[in-house]
Amino acid sequence: MVLDSIDDTAATLARHDYIADAGLSTCVFLALKMGRALFLEGEPGVGKTEIAKVLARALDTRLIRLQCYEGLDVHQSVYEWNYPRQLLEIQARAADGAAGTDGHEHGTEGIFTEEFLLKRPLLQAVDPSLERAPVLLIDEIDRADEEFESFLLELLSEFQITIPELGTVAARHRPVTVITSNRTREVHDALKRRCVYHWIDYPSAERELEIVRLKVPGIEERLAGQVVRFVQSLRAQELYKAPGVAETLDWATALGHLEAADLGAETVDATLGLLVKYQDDVDRLRGPLTRELLREAAEGTG
Amino acid sequence: MGERVAATAAGAPGEGGSAFARTRSGGPGAAEVDREPERGEGGSAFARNQLRFIRMLRAAGIPVVVSQTLAWFQALELIDVGRREQVFHAARSLLVTRAADLPLFDVLFDRFWNLGRTGGRAPHAIRPPRPPQQRPRPAAGASFLGQAGRPDDPEVDVIDRRRTWSAEEVLRSKELAVVRRALLALRWRVGERRTRRLVGDPAGRRLDLRAVLRDAARHGGPPLRLHHRRRKVKPRPLVLLADVSGSMERYSRVVLQFLWVVARRRTDVECFAFGTRLTRLTPSLKLRNLDRALEAAARRVIDWSGGTRIGDSLAEFNRRWSRRVLHRGAVVVMISDGWERGDAARLAHEMRFLQHRCHRLIWLNPLLGQAGYRPLVAGMAAALPFVDDFLPVHDLASLEQLARRLATLPSRRPERRQSLVASSFSAAEPADLLAEPNHGNPRQQSSVGERRIG
Repeated sequence: MVLDSIDDTAATLARHDYIADAGLSTCVFLALKMGRALFLEGEPGVGKTEIAKVLARALDTRLIRLQCYEGLDVHQSVYEWNYPRQLLEIQARAADGAAGTDGHEHGTEGIFTEEFLLKRPLLQAVDPSLERAPVLLIDEIDRADEEFESFLLELLSEFQITIPELGTVAARHRPVTVITSNRTREVHDALKRRCVYHWIDYPSAERELEIVRLKVPGIEERLAGQVVRFVQSLRAQELYKAPGVAETLDWATALGHLEAADLGAETVDATLGLLVKYQDDVDRLRGPLTRELLREAAEGTG
Repeated sequence: MGERVAATAAGAPGEGGSAFARTRSGGPGAAEVDREPERGEGGSAFARNQLRFIRMLRAAGIPVVVSQTLAWFQALELIDVGRREQVFHAARSLLVTRAADLPLFDVLFDRFWNLGRTGGRAPHAIRPPRPPQQRPRPAAGASFLGQAGRPDDPEVDVIDRRRTWSAEEVLRSKELAVVRRALLALRWRVGERRTRRLVGDPAGRRLDLRAVLRDAARHGGPPLRLHHRRRKVKPRPLVLLADVSGSMERYSRVVLQFLWVVARRRTDVECFAFGTRLTRLTPSLKLRNLDRALEAAARRVIDWSGGTRIGDSLAEFNRRWSRRVLHRGAVVVMISDGWERGDAARLAHEMRFLQHRCHRLIWLNPLLGQAGYRPLVAGMAAALPFVDDFLPVHDLASLEQLARRLATLPSRRPERRQSLVASSFSAAEPADLLAEPNHGNPRQQSSVGERRIG
């Protein structure tokens, strides 16, 4: 599928249930057209990972995901040899040799071949046998350490990987790469410069309402409006961790299950844990502050 | 990579192309420096305007390298340049790499492309631009620090009349140099933590099968030698929070020197200053030249020698920065006399939050060096239950003590009082709060030393 314009990109994403604002649509379009990785930064729960999944669906291609964590290295991200199999093979050959039923290969010959290779996400992404470019999601890169960043920098410019025992594997189709970061640490500029960089902010009230309607089908229009206004006012509060869109959706879904027609103070108090995740924040909000915010949210209705 | 983009840009039709083929340069290092296509080199007025815009961004402190400029011209071929919104978002995504620069970019974009237009809507104008050069200097702090480089430094009253810095260590610029040398002589190692990365080590406990099998392949038979790995160790990240309010004024210069030395010595260091509000100093303090670093830092802090709202400042730190800088077992060092003008209960609340999120919370108090000092000031008393180490900083010996302390931090988190609930101290009078630091284990108690008065 070819995306011709930014408007076309936005429409395609919307068809796959992702409501992107002008900034994000522009970035997705440019990333696809320029063959650059899309670097998405933002608070948790604003839909950074989701965009990769949606892109894979929209482009009708495979999603290859690499979840980053501290200490992530080549063995877990690129490839690893299947050591147990290699050991068994060596053993079996030794046994064959003793029994005189010699196979074709001797000793350790051929144990560093593709047959014994475990392909990790990055190697899968550059696999030349792929029919079309996959979507490669490198999730939460801020969790990996700098060593991994510099490796990634190399990969992003060439999309080829050298395995000393096998040679070089080069991608036939440049993977559509999406990198996300929650910014728990600053990722190096050199990496971001090779990408199309976008900071995903919390959505505006109108856009969030649109998202809630789309993702929580069957929610009462009135309730949806109250939910969004309440969450938006929470974000203006001094919280340790403000609720993201993911929390809004969880909360709206829960309220749907509770068959709440209206946002009441008791309902909010009982379900606050779905919105804010720190006990300090829950304590702060519960009671008078909730009531005040609710009054404001209700006023917006009338 | 720069070459690749350059080639694409040159190949693309349109005004921009020809001018940029020339920027293909030797190494990536050369491409990173300011080798911009010169103005007027065959580009259209449109292209020249783009370049002027990029120069404006740079002048305002947004770093844009040549490869980004090239990408930007490439993007201009792809978007509808007649639609301002598209141009805006495309430029933003290719020319800016730091979230912190986005508000500034928005204003600059608007200013540049709105020339001669009235009533233009600023798409995301949130804050006024903050090019550092244009900000008026704050009176007290800047003049105080700005003199650091002058040869005939007029006397600045930084002599501690409370005799904490003794007569030999009076803080005039000559003596400041002595302190600086002493600071530089220390290694400022920070206790290590084990990372999750594995490195080869014959004495390691984990088997390194990759090495074992590679070895086997070399001699073509079954594995004969075992190889091992262990977890790599790294120094812990360090976060320094320095009080620069009025009551700490006499120490500000030493404290900033201290921050600068540590920030230069270690890579994983974050520095903040606070009075009534919080300022991040890390970028300024990374400057190589001390005077310039201090001047840059002074310009950033807008409330030198003002009041103290430690609780509010910590609240800002906890909300805005803690998730970003308190990772991987960070050690936090607060430098303050604990003189709090705000709400002591709030300070206690934020201290508790902070303590739970770092490996160790060290509080340095210059007053602790005085004989007979008791941490009775409301703020200090409220904060103390959440402090792991309460140490003096009043002379060179105490700085050495701090360096030793940092280098020998135990790898385990100190045991802390877990039972305190947020609500339990809001009602209490500050003086009733435990006026002694948290000490779960005997080692910690010793760190407070004989200076602690229960």
